Amino acid sequence: MWVLAVLALALVGYPAAAQQVTPQINGDSIPRSLTGQPGDATRGRVIVANRSVGLCLLCHSGPIAEERFQGDLAPSFAGAGSRWSEGQLRLRIVDGSRLNADTIMPAYYRTQGLQRVARSFEGKTILSAAQVEDVVAYLVTLKD
Amino acid sequence: MTRRLLVVGLALVFAASYAAAQVGTQSGADKRRSGYQDMGEALQKMQDDDTANPGMLFVQLGGQLWVKATGAADKSCADCHGAAAASMKGVAVRYPAIPSGGDLPVDLGGRINLCRTEHQKVDRLPPENRDLLALAAYVAHQSRGLPIAPPEDPRLEVFRQQGAEIYRRRQGQLNLSCAICHDDNAGRKLAGIAIPEAHPTGYPIYRLEWQALGSLKRRLRNCLVGIRAEAWPLDAPEYTALELYLMERARGMKLETPAVRP
Ligand code: HEC
Ligand code: HEC
Repeated sequence: MWVLAVLALALVGYPAAAQQVTPQINGDSIPRSLTGQPGDATRGRVIVANRSVGLCLLCHSGPIAEERFQGDLAPSFAGAGSRWSEGQLRLRIVDGSRLNADTIMPAYYRTQGLQRVARSFEGKTILSAAQVEDVVAYLVTLKD
Repeated sequence: MTRRLLVVGLALVFAASYAAAQVGTQSGADKRRSGYQDMGEALQKMQDDDTANPGMLFVQLGGQLWVKATGAADKSCADCHGAAAASMKGVAVRYPAIPSGGDLPVDLGGRINLCRTEHQKVDRLPPENRDLLALAAYVAHQSRGLPIAPPEDPRLEVFRQQGAEIYRRRQGQLNLSCAICHDDNAGRKLAGIAIPEAHPTGYPIYRLEWQALGSLKRRLRNCLVGIRAEAWPLDAPEYTALELYLMERARGMKLETPAVRP
């Protein structure tokens, strides 16, 4: 009974954060969708292009012609869907440090092991599980 | 504790060798680049031309404040220091420093505020206050073209080490460090903007994005906000520690105040 009460409280208090799921890592990939649903590639493209949501183009470049200002700190997204499987892409976005401890790419779905996070972002992942799935769905379409 | 000291020590040795490597040994070629060199020609011209550089308006305002008596002591800066062209030349290039009788380093703005409270008997000016920035710009302008020359004060070492440590520590939701951007990726493009080497050569600067003169602290806060880290309060010692480290790293580079930046 109290379990239900706590759960209800958690859901009321933290609509998004309480639902953070634990991704199941298998080798160098996360085979299953974080939400149990497939993502939406069109929404994913918008997230990737948005400088304050996905932030991806700060470091990466990609076939998104309308965004003139792209980064060159990281590989281009062109062909990412040919190089990597859906599950491999998912792990690279969720937490690339699992593959390269020194990576500069932020972990988009992790809240642990961070220092001095601004109060307004504390305890929050950079992207929600659904947003991660949208981004994965978009990257998968980028075939060479 | 010893491990921490070791890490800090290593960071400093690294910083020193970094500076040495950049200055170059035989060739004499200094590879360090001021933010000035990474901005477009139009902005460089704006900075170089005193009639076009918006920072010069603040330098002029600072010059007016310099000779204006204020406070219970009814004294101006000039009453104690005379002509700034002589007395303030070479001052900004050695800040932050520990004031006589004190034991904590202060930046140039902090030193100006000490003169206000101790000698002019008037309130401190708050961070980013226009008059404070104008006075700092006026004082620093007297050192324009001089090489940055941090003082050889052993008491500063521990604070500088603290700055070096902050510089290399990852922080914020994006989990980045100053060093990742400004050492490892300087010159590369972050969303189309060339990442500068973060040399504090021109402060206070007139930044076009701010449409105002601003301090190094304000610039550092922008970087912290960018990586979604909690910015320290404006009077926090962390900024002075970082400035001490950055000034050491820029030792020998020429002061440009008032610089223009995008
Ligand atoms: C602060 C820099 C930074 C940001 C922001 C960033 N990345 Fe990365 N990313 C990197 C770097 C650097 C690599 C290279 C591999 C490594 O360092 O582990 C990388 C690698 C990748 C890879 C593997 C690429 C390949 O072809 O090998 C993918 C996919 C990827 N990032 C997707 C994204 C997406 C999607 C976003 C935004 C939601 C993003 N990244 C944001 C820096 C970044
Ligand atoms: C994600 C990359 C990134 C990180 C991390 C970062 N900065 Fe910056 N920094 C920049 C960029 C880009 C600019 C200049 C472009 C702009 O924003 O106008 C800049 C500008 C600066 C400048 C101004 C240089 C000039 O010419 O006036 C200083 C100083 C500086 N940063 C110091 C720091 C310090 C200290 C830290 C850590 C507390 C830090 N930065 C963290 C990207 C970064």
